[in-house]
Amino acid sequence: MTAAIFYILSAAALLATLMAITRKNPVHAVIYLVHAFFALALIFFILGAPLVAAWEVIIYAGAIMVLFLFIIMMLELTPGEAARGPGWQRWAPVILLSGSIVVCTLLLMTAEPQAGPGGPNFYASPRDFGYGLFKEYALAVEIVSFQLLFAAVGAFYVGRGERTRRRARGDER
Amino acid sequence: MPEWLVTTILILVKLGFVFFLLLTGAAYMVLAERKLLGRMQLRYGPNRVGPFGLLQPLADAVKLVTKEDFIPSQADKFLFFIAPGIAAVTALLTFAVVPFGPPIRLFGREVPLVICDLNIGVLYFLGLSSLAVYGVTLGGWASNSKYALLGSIRALSQLISYELSMGLAIVPVVLMARSFSLTNIVNAQAGLPFAILNPPAFLIFLVSVLAESKRIPFDLPEAENEIVAGFHTEYSGMRFGLFFVGEYINVIILSSMVTVLFLGGWHGPLLPGIVWFFLKVGFISFLFIWTRGTLPRLRYDQLMHFGWKILVPLALVNVIVTGAILLLLNPAKG
Repeated sequence: MTAAIFYILSAAALLATLMAITRKNPVHAVIYLVHAFFALALIFFILGAPLVAAWEVIIYAGAIMVLFLFIIMMLELTPGEAARGPGWQRWAPVILLSGSIVVCTLLLMTAEPQAGPGGPNFYASPRDFGYGLFKEYALAVEIVSFQLLFAAVGAFYVGRGERTRRRARGDER
Repeated sequence: MPEWLVTTILILVKLGFVFFLLLTGAAYMVLAERKLLGRMQLRYGPNRVGPFGLLQPLADAVKLVTKEDFIPSQADKFLFFIAPGIAAVTALLTFAVVPFGPPIRLFGREVPLVICDLNIGVLYFLGLSSLAVYGVTLGGWASNSKYALLGSIRALSQLISYELSMGLAIVPVVLMARSFSLTNIVNAQAGLPFAILNPPAFLIFLVSVLAESKRIPFDLPEAENEIVAGFHTEYSGMRFGLFFVGEYINVIILSSMVTVLFLGGWHGPLLPGIVWFFLKVGFISFLFIWTRGTLPRLRYDQLMHFGWKILVPLALVNVIVTGAILLLLNPAKG
């Protein structure tokens, strides 16, 4: 049962990503990518990590994709020529994808936990997850966070522009 | 009756109760807001439909349903249709994890007054509140109108900015309650509510929640005198109604989150728990209306400056200080 759901979700994630990279309209691409993240979140849930599933939705679907949308809207990217065909045909994939994800969610909700082969053989509570992350893998977490800090500093430096940089050095009167 | 049937019926009854309560609550929030704003501006407010204008929400609903459902010719129809739904559904779903009363005994069994006590309830709330952004954004983008697009961009950046400080203000609460479950958080406040134990977090959360609700003084996404009506400029009839109701449901939800996270939920002397809960929610909702009647709208740079340069650093410092104090108080538990 869980194995079947896993394969459906994997197919949904792959299909959604494929749709995302082939869309001409960037906003539609973002919507497909959000579907892929939802499918991934459910896969994490099946694997026994509800906390990671929640983070996947909050951070990837809820924050990073929203930032993508923000950039797309700010740049006012003009979509390529409008897709042909009637409306339902253009939106059939998204309906199919969200439909399968919702059905899988419902199945997972009604399924008995730890039922049969393929079910999650471990379950990480938020507490276990936190201990694992900050005790066992503390060094890796710190390295990654340093990397992010460097990236932020770099982005800040580049984003400030040549003129303000020169002024900061005092070259400009 | 078999065990599973009783459980299912109990869940359905709770669901029905919550839906009814939220929808009528939202409808009467609109009336209460108009009445209170009227009084604050030395007017009467709506008082024609029914006694004291109490049937006004009904008249509004009839009006919205019978209005023409207008779709701009160049709109992205699918997204245009679905956006108000996203806005309303994400608002409604959030209430699933809010515990609105102490467990009661029914048919000889313990019934918790919460639809689903998730062990990551706080994250569920944060997840849905970040998904709610999509309703506003896609609605504005799909309208294919400059005003709507501007409103959406404003809403996006505002919601993202204030979500950060809102999330950071919840961290001390989770630290103090040692749990992500909202029921456990309420139980941890049986003695003193967290608003008294950690007032900075409470204030940061309150301000961020005000910004999340997109209401005055943070109503830039729909600032009438700049961008007509912002993201819902092109919407009419019941689609507009969904955005509108979604906003008021959101106010109720955010008020109940303030109540649960900082005001001790259903805990209180004398009165039964459920009454305390709704009293507190009512008071915070009143606070929302009161600020709307009192404060002017922020300028956009002020909004961003306040969010990123004041609230976020303050919230971060608060997390560190709370963590340090908790570690000093009981170092053994670690």
